Amino acid sequence: MLLIRCPWCGEREEREFHYGGDANVETPPAEADDRAWARFLYGRQNPAGPFVERWVHSHGCRRWIVVVRSTLTHEISGTYPFDQKPEVPR
Amino acid sequence: MKRLSAGGSVDRNRSIAFQFDGRPLTALAGDTLASALLANGVAILGTSVTAGRPRGVMSAGLEEAHAFVQLGIGSVSEPLVRATAIEVFDGLAAFGRITRGVLPAGPDPARFEKRFAHCDVLVVGAGPAGLAAAIAAGSSGARVILAETGARLGGATIRDPDPIDGVPAAQWVAAAEPTLGGCPEVRVLRRTTAMIGLDQNGVVLVERVSGHLPASARAGRAERRLWQVRAREVIIATGALERPMVFPDNDRPGVMLAGAVRTYLHQFAVAPDRTVVFTANDDAYRTAVDLVAAGRTVVAVVDARPAPAGEWPSRARAAGIEILADAVVVGTEGDGTGVLAAVTVRSGGADRRLVCDVLAVSGGWDPALDLVHQLRAPTRWDERIGGFVPVPGTPGRQVAGAAAGDFTLGGALGAGHAAGIEAARRAGFVAPAGVAPTAPPHREEPPAHLWRVPAPDGDESRSFVDLHRDVTVAGLLRATGAGIQSVEHLKRYTLAGTGVEQGRSAKVNAAVVAQTLLGQPPGGGTSSARPPVEPISFGTMAARAVGPRFEPTRTTPIHSTHAALGAVFENVGQWKRARYFPRAGESMDQAAVRECRAVRTGVGIMDASTLGKIDGQGPDAAEFLERLYMNRVANLKPGRARYAAMARLDGSLFDDGVIMRLAPDRFFVTTSTSHAGPVMDAMEEWLQTEWPDLKVWCTSITEQWVTLAVAGPEARAVLNAAGSDLDLSKEAFPFMAVRPGRVAGLAGLVARVSFSGELAFEVSVPGHDGPALWQALTAAGASHGITPYGLEALSVLRAEKGYLIVGQDTDASTTAIDAGLGWLIKPDRDYLGRRSLARPDFARPDRYQLVGFRADAPVMEGAQLVTDGSGVRPVPMAGAVTTSHWSEALGGYFGLALVKGGRARIGETLEAHDGARSVPVRLADPVAYDRQGVRRDG
Repeated sequence: MLLIRCPWCGEREEREFHYGGDANVETPPAEADDRAWARFLYGRQNPAGPFVERWVHSHGCRRWIVVVRSTLTHEISGTYPFDQKPEVPR
Repeated sequence: MKRLSAGGSVDRNRSIAFQFDGRPLTALAGDTLASALLANGVAILGTSVTAGRPRGVMSAGLEEAHAFVQLGIGSVSEPLVRATAIEVFDGLAAFGRITRGVLPAGPDPARFEKRFAHCDVLVVGAGPAGLAAAIAAGSSGARVILAETGARLGGATIRDPDPIDGVPAAQWVAAAEPTLGGCPEVRVLRRTTAMIGLDQNGVVLVERVSGHLPASARAGRAERRLWQVRAREVIIATGALERPMVFPDNDRPGVMLAGAVRTYLHQFAVAPDRTVVFTANDDAYRTAVDLVAAGRTVVAVVDARPAPAGEWPSRARAAGIEILADAVVVGTEGDGTGVLAAVTVRSGGADRRLVCDVLAVSGGWDPALDLVHQLRAPTRWDERIGGFVPVPGTPGRQVAGAAAGDFTLGGALGAGHAAGIEAARRAGFVAPAGVAPTAPPHREEPPAHLWRVPAPDGDESRSFVDLHRDVTVAGLLRATGAGIQSVEHLKRYTLAGTGVEQGRSAKVNAAVVAQTLLGQPPGGGTSSARPPVEPISFGTMAARAVGPRFEPTRTTPIHSTHAALGAVFENVGQWKRARYFPRAGESMDQAAVRECRAVRTGVGIMDASTLGKIDGQGPDAAEFLERLYMNRVANLKPGRARYAAMARLDGSLFDDGVIMRLAPDRFFVTTSTSHAGPVMDAMEEWLQTEWPDLKVWCTSITEQWVTLAVAGPEARAVLNAAGSDLDLSKEAFPFMAVRPGRVAGLAGLVARVSFSGELAFEVSVPGHDGPALWQALTAAGASHGITPYGLEALSVLRAEKGYLIVGQDTDASTTAIDAGLGWLIKPDRDYLGRRSLARPDFARPDRYQLVGFRADAPVMEGAQLVTDGSGVRPVPMAGAVTTSHWSEALGGYFGLALVKGGRARIGETLEAHDGARSVPVRLADPVAYDRQGVRRDG
């Protein structure tokens, strides 16, 4: 169970949040072929280490936020308002 | 073993009556079940899991591999409870069930509680290290929780009562309690076990609040309390656990851990008559010396080291104890019941038989690292102790004392003190520069590591490495012979390290013995530990969230009105919805038929308030809904409503509802009952994450508004009778019109939408006006025979019209096109899922499509549809029935079904098979009633 610092509300238990997956999924252009579109729908990175993720503070302010979490240690190195997504090398 | 006439910390003036296996026995206050059984001479608690060998108490703590009991009788019974953890109380009843428990007979009548707590420093374990840490941290003013699994503080000081700060350990521990009490922010939790270590220093504790008391003293109190603690800093001071020795017949009742024998002597005044000690370290010499001091006989200390020397062997010799050096125990003998009677010692090539009732063994000590393992923190092999120790450096966490591999009293006190100061500092507090408590210097020689004694006869099937799971050296040989090398594979192949006891006494032995069998050096790793440390009952986890408190119950403002009408309710998610309104003697089917008839021929009224309602406002609201929904929204005029469908990004149908435009910049959007939350969440997600530039504000108003549907040919007459400031005529208020206005004097919103296929008005008013609206409409409709109808009738009415329910008539792969909603899709603008629907797979003619069916007999919802007579096995599946009813209006059985290539198969007959019987069904157009919509538009 994680402790997540909501940029709007402060530290809150994980149970107040919902997970929203990879924050760096690029929507392909409309003319993308079926293979590229399927990759966008179903293919996801599974990096070992820092991962930039979307979370939503469902039982709090209901804002979507960005969390940088290590998938190896669950260490959270930062949380950000959604429009301040940090660049993390992949 | 037996109770000595003096000593121990038990209360000799208070005897306690308890039962074991139905036998009445007597204990003393302060006994554990294990000590009480030993004092009563109960040596055998049961037989082992696979080998069926007799087993007794082998430890005094968490290392226990055998002594598990069924505690209590009937519904207050708990399986697999560790006898070394049970404090005896008057009326306790336990049964020796050491390998397999029995589930309680019924619901647990005990009360359980759950608490959340935050602290600056959580100290786990109140031994010397934990006490020193808690005092140091607490004196800084930091909020400290000290959790001790036992009933008393002091940890191993009761076993090894060396002086602390120049006073007897018991006195120092007794003084620590008021010191902690004097710190305003320190909370000491006894009988509280840290069960689960979570990330970011979350720790789940279980406190035994009243479970250790007689039933009469538990009334009104929780039996246990689950603490969910979030700490800035955690100090793990859980001590160390002693390892058994591996030699032939090492599982016999009477073979006990040497430290445990000391605990039974000092804490409970229970001791053997004649003891043999088997060790390769100095610590076990304490057992021999203490037993002799208490007047017991120590036959010999069998030491595997070639030349034991130093303080402890000298003290043993001075006490007149024979030391057999370079010696090992190669076997044990039992009496008629299998309880230890003698051991065979091999020394210098000769065997000696020693008669004894206890063999006290010490294979060394392992730091108790369950929490460290649970948190996936690294450990490393320490050759000095022959075990795994934690690697320091995890942020927010320190391990101190024996848990860190320092088994000296002075070391534990110093490390605990330093950890407490450091934890307080990291949490933002300054601890006064106190001096760490001190203990006399430690005078033990380094231990040797004797991992196993090979069986003289070569039969390794009686040398147990996991006493709990009956895994022997022979079992490890089978595993390594089969090519197993990794400790985690070894665990799964042999089951060593599994079970209630989680391999605490076994996994280092199992790993190292396997490594030596493979010719590898020890220390290649040990298997992990999983939470919880000990079993947690479901009752403890659920706490008060049982029965009606399991989850919220949602009711609309009309609920009590419905209840007064005798409605039968149905759970729809968390909502209670009226299923039907039976009259005297009516079955559900009869009531539903009557309710349908009223709507089709007269007028009915339904509470539709659970439909999701979203108020979408802003200059970009139309553009926003246009991007979300599959149908066109922007050209919807104020005062008009439109049926709407939304897809997921992958093209599957997500929800349907009605979009009503109240003003150019304001929409009233309805969703299905089950998708009210998800649609609202999806709107917020898209607005916040993808389209933050759109000026739209969405508000869920589901619970703020009551919506009543008045449906049937006489609906207009009822509304007119109730009185409205709106012109409700067909010309002024056509189908799919929406107008703000008053009905029965109540201000709200009136919409001509219909889920029944009849002329219908949905009237929405603020929730507090809902009951008044219901009363007004039913009064106005009385002369028309207005009939409340429930979900059962509604399902018939809507299915007759081919109106689907998302999630019932569709599944996660159904698209709007499959569902027959292709007509509403806009061709020329983007919407969620549009690109996915362009994939060729969605154009396949054999997709599951929603069709109607007719039948001459009842058909079960969920029945499989198969083609008959093909002779092919397995029978190819053609689809499944999603809705099935009897219809008075259609004069027969009918329903909806998802059928492979269904639309092209209308007219075909399939078999609906429900596992017991088959019913022929004729596929039909989904719209079975009023195909032209004449009645709806009336």
